[in-house]
Amino acid sequence: MSFITGVGMTAYGRHEGSSSLDLMSKAAELAIADAGLTRAEIDGVLCGYSTVAPHIMLATVFAEHFGVRPTYAHAVQVGGATGLAMTMLAHHLVEAGIVRHVLVVSGENRLTGQSRDASIQALAQVGHPDYEVPLGPTIPAYYGLVASRYMHEYGVTEPDLAEFAVLMRKHALSHPGAQFHDPITVADVMASKPVALPLKLLDCCPVSDGGAAFVVSREPTSEIGVRVRGCAQAHTHQHVTAAPALSELGAEIAMARAKQAAGVAISDVRYAAVYDSFTITLAMLLEDLGLAGRGEAAARVRSGYFGRNGEMPLNTHGGLLSYGHCGVGGAMAHLVETHLQMTGRAGNRQVRDASIALLHGDGGVLSSHVSMFLERVR
Amino acid sequence: MSGSKPALADWIAGEEAIVYQCCAACGSSQYFRRSFCRVCGAPDPVEKHASGEGTVYAASLVVRAATPQARAHVPYNIVLVDTVEGFRMMAHGDNDLAIGDKVTARFVQFAGRLVPYFEKAK
Repeated sequence: MSFITGVGMTAYGRHEGSSSLDLMSKAAELAIADAGLTRAEIDGVLCGYSTVAPHIMLATVFAEHFGVRPTYAHAVQVGGATGLAMTMLAHHLVEAGIVRHVLVVSGENRLTGQSRDASIQALAQVGHPDYEVPLGPTIPAYYGLVASRYMHEYGVTEPDLAEFAVLMRKHALSHPGAQFHDPITVADVMASKPVALPLKLLDCCPVSDGGAAFVVSREPTSEIGVRVRGCAQAHTHQHVTAAPALSELGAEIAMARAKQAAGVAISDVRYAAVYDSFTITLAMLLEDLGLAGRGEAAARVRSGYFGRNGEMPLNTHGGLLSYGHCGVGGAMAHLVETHLQMTGRAGNRQVRDASIALLHGDGGVLSSHVSMFLERVR
Repeated sequence: MSGSKPALADWIAGEEAIVYQCCAACGSSQYFRRSFCRVCGAPDPVEKHASGEGTVYAASLVVRAATPQARAHVPYNIVLVDTVEGFRMMAHGDNDLAIGDKVTARFVQFAGRLVPYFEKAK
């Protein structure tokens, strides 16, 4: 068994003057303290990557900087799925008895450490270097392509997609660490600047500075344990040109495997933390995961189903769309918030029941998927 | 690529052509060039010129570009086209192309490079 014993996260937005290592260190310190541990007790380190300060050995760069000497350490790179992929690996490392306390950490000064163009350009490199990148696509364009097809096949509309941006903003309003604090409406999303149609500015997550971390341990370190109940991955392609049909994407495959590994059904889930780089990402993933029928996720947003007091509270911190997206840390915020909800520490955002949570991460262009179930145990 | 069979030049090499590979063993076609078939692993897939005919699978009009060179072209339409030869490719296209449109390829200059460009079949 493995448990998420501590979480830590900075505010997302601007951290002028902070390096990626600074943001990683801040989050790591918070997570270790939250677990009630000391640095010396950390024997495993898994970290993500930094597009601002790329390094071939980021985990040991961080370990040296932070002042730990782990028995197991390396970086992991699966794009937006990295956070949950690291958690899955930590879970297995702990279960295998290789380490006792794994620090999972990432942080990046992606907003202030480079120009927005440089950031957009760096990310566009997930495209094929010969057959895609010379055409000048951007990450929003890759997802814009997917959105156009999804809308065509399932009758989803642009105002439907806008609902997800509005919901994430509404949730972010009650989190002091979120990047955005101004409420928005469907009309605001529809009127926002076109980026890569059908996606407009408010359909896209921002670029942020921030850091997040958690500790995965063999035993709980406090009264309420948050156990990794089961998890699984699926990787169907890298490039959008090589993606399978919409009905064969990896989210459904990872989810089916995770349900089997965890022995839980979708009806057992009380809280959802789902990757939301764009409104279309969230809409598609909710439907792929079975949290809504095909083409019906937006209607569920409108009915309050995914709200804080709804049947399936979703990304109550505001998600990538409104809490912010600092690279790997972006989706790690989903797990940090889930942990706070499961341990009854989410304050004014607290939901009634988060006893079993479903988390899902997506990297590339719906390329890499990790589904995970967490369970509260006493 | 296998040393014995030189690659056919295509738009990536600045030639007005779309090239794909076809596996002699299993018949699969693939667009991204490799020295083997991605389905069955057989070596040396046969290179062929595509007709440039296909159907629009998806489209996204890029209004916010990431580089100064690309910015000079906005808005430009990025499309995924399912070719009659059975492979999918990314290209540029007319701004008003819709999913399902039958299209044919020509070639245009974009950011200092030759790129395939689809317009409605006449």
